[in-house]
Amino acid sequence: MKKILLTLLFILFGTTAYADGHCSKPSGSINILANDFPALRTFVETAKGCKGSADFKVTHSSEHNKIAVPALTANPSEFSARIAANSSIVPLMNQDLIRPMDDLVKKYGKGIQDSQLITIDGKVMAVAFMANTQHLYYREDVLKELGIPVPKTYEEVVAASEKIRASGKMQHPYAAAYKAGWNLAEEFVNMFIGHGGEFFKAGTAEPNINNAKGVATLNMLKKLASLSNPDYLTHDSEAIKVEWESGKVALMTLWASRSGTLLDDEGDAKITAATKLTGPATVGGGNIPAATLWWDGFTLAKNRSDSDAEASFIALAHAASNKKMVADAADQAVWLVEGFVPGPKSIGVIEAVKMGAKPYPMLPQMGLMHGALGSEIVEFLQGKESAEQALKDVEAAYISKAKEQGFL
Amino acid sequence: MPNKTFFWFFLPTGLAMILFIGLPIISTGIQSFYAQHDQVVKEVKKCDPFGCTVSIVVDQEATSVLRDERPLGKFNGFGTYFDRNHLAIEQITEFWDETDTLGDFIDQVTNLPFYKALLFTLTYCLFVTPNVLLLGFIIALSLNAISRKIRGPLIFGTILPMIVTPLVGSLVLFWMIDAEGIIGANLQLMMEDPYLSLKSSRTLTWITIIIYGIWHHSPFAFVVFYAALQTVPQEPVEAAIIDGASRYQRIRHIVLPHIYPVVTFVALISLMDNFRVFEPIIGFSAEGSAQSLSWLIYDNLVNEEVILFGSAAATSMMTIIGIAILLAPVLIRTWKEFRTAR
Repeated sequence: MKKILLTLLFILFGTTAYADGHCSKPSGSINILANDFPALRTFVETAKGCKGSADFKVTHSSEHNKIAVPALTANPSEFSARIAANSSIVPLMNQDLIRPMDDLVKKYGKGIQDSQLITIDGKVMAVAFMANTQHLYYREDVLKELGIPVPKTYEEVVAASEKIRASGKMQHPYAAAYKAGWNLAEEFVNMFIGHGGEFFKAGTAEPNINNAKGVATLNMLKKLASLSNPDYLTHDSEAIKVEWESGKVALMTLWASRSGTLLDDEGDAKITAATKLTGPATVGGGNIPAATLWWDGFTLAKNRSDSDAEASFIALAHAASNKKMVADAADQAVWLVEGFVPGPKSIGVIEAVKMGAKPYPMLPQMGLMHGALGSEIVEFLQGKESAEQALKDVEAAYISKAKEQGFL
Repeated sequence: MPNKTFFWFFLPTGLAMILFIGLPIISTGIQSFYAQHDQVVKEVKKCDPFGCTVSIVVDQEATSVLRDERPLGKFNGFGTYFDRNHLAIEQITEFWDETDTLGDFIDQVTNLPFYKALLFTLTYCLFVTPNVLLLGFIIALSLNAISRKIRGPLIFGTILPMIVTPLVGSLVLFWMIDAEGIIGANLQLMMEDPYLSLKSSRTLTWITIIIYGIWHHSPFAFVVFYAALQTVPQEPVEAAIIDGASRYQRIRHIVLPHIYPVVTFVALISLMDNFRVFEPIIGFSAEGSAQSLSWLIYDNLVNEEVILFGSAAATSMMTIIGIAILLAPVLIRTWKEFRTAR
């Protein structure tokens, strides 16, 4: 018995020693700003395992977007590193707040794969470690009982939801994060891209959404909204997750990164067992999914000493190339790290990539468009104005903002 | 107090006010006349895990030259004030020419973000302020009339809404009125309408926020009125009783004239507070249906990934002007009374 214990200990010790293999013991001070969901917590925890003698701090906040620009503008900046995504790297690039890290990648980035590097104009600006997208979730039991096939298009989602409603099983069978503001705008972006729309006239910052594709997008959103809980304009991802877990929803569009918390042991076991994942739906006869691909990656603050940047890079690169982490937390995210074996929870993202989903547009003026969408299409969904009027309002609101920011 | 003594007495407060209120307002005012420099963009190759594309980024070198030259940005005069997201002068002239009826014109104008926010802000002020005054006064009168023994706990209970943090107070109500919440679900049952939602209808959202506002602000009016009631002299009241005056007549002709300056004070403060309505909108996640001027400022500063300082500054200045206009009648009246009293 003692021998077995000793061997076990040895193995454990051995693996830690192995995991430490990439870590070159940094010193200085590391302070990370990150969004708050399970995969990112795991990632930052892994990075902490390689903090060496450095002072290690982290801020996980769902309000990270509001903090990032002001905190990184200060000199020296509050954070030495920021975990960003396609959209949130843009304001950092616009304001010149992050530093290229080619030399650090060369020096310490041994385990990082080339595909993880986000390069802009030939310079490495971020290292991605996970992919994300929004895709469909469905209740297998409900669909089977009513003889509905798993929907592949949003038209089928609408038909299926109407059937479920008509059967009297559920009053509001569909859910998506339609909270006015960022979430609602994100749904528009997905649906618009699914219709093959381009947000700006080629090569300019002129808006290009007030057209047939924009109208079709809005009409589809409205149809889906009418099949959702009437409070949909106040529901974010967390709220619809709760609705799902209470068994009031049978079809849902939600982030892949939330699947872990949907399928964990908490909550009603029957619902969890019947919760199934599938790829994102297409819309309007298009062949690319009405969804955008996202990556999460780390960036380094410009207004911080070189030694802090180096320390942060060592710790974060240790996590971004950590085979043990991706093996242990395989169901938390779709890791882009070498050695990741996709499990059943990553089906959504993998399907999306296979179907040729487009990444979220990484354009300097996209944030302004996203903001304008979030507030101006609400009145259309409430039935207070026409689709054309709503799109005209979005364009007008965007143009004023873009003029003030010097894009037009 | 001689003027010299008053000066030295007021100096520390005055300095603090200039430093922490005056200067920031001036700086905001200056900011509102500037916009960002024209963005210099260039085409570059961007690669991410999903492939490479040719796309545009902001040319940092060219931009930093511009920024160093004029750190405040491009002078824009009243450009930001007059653009579509603020006073929208151009759009309004257009609507005036295009629309046939006054109703259409008003519909179009209140569809613009600034006027939409102004409409809600004014409606909120208009309904909340008088109701707060009335309710606060009634509560103060009733509490003043009951036995001293139970007055303490009752006063505490009454000022509870003011003690609860506005955000927490609104969140609690927000959950209760959810379609799955205790009030929301019961309303659906009572009305026999499964699609009834307090949160999705604009009118109902407005009513909810206004009721919340009255609930939250009444204790303040109550506390001040209650204190004022303690100073009402007893002799005239007793004399009035002997003369056979009813309770209403006593309040109307003795109590109200006595506490009149306090009423003005409470009205002023609540008007100012209500004009800056903000927390309930966040607490009720009501951005979709109700936007106030303060919310517009917040939206410009944090909701966008790009911060719009010029827009936020312009809306701030207009909020200050708005408060000044609202308070003007009350202030002028107080000033006149002060002059006649001398």
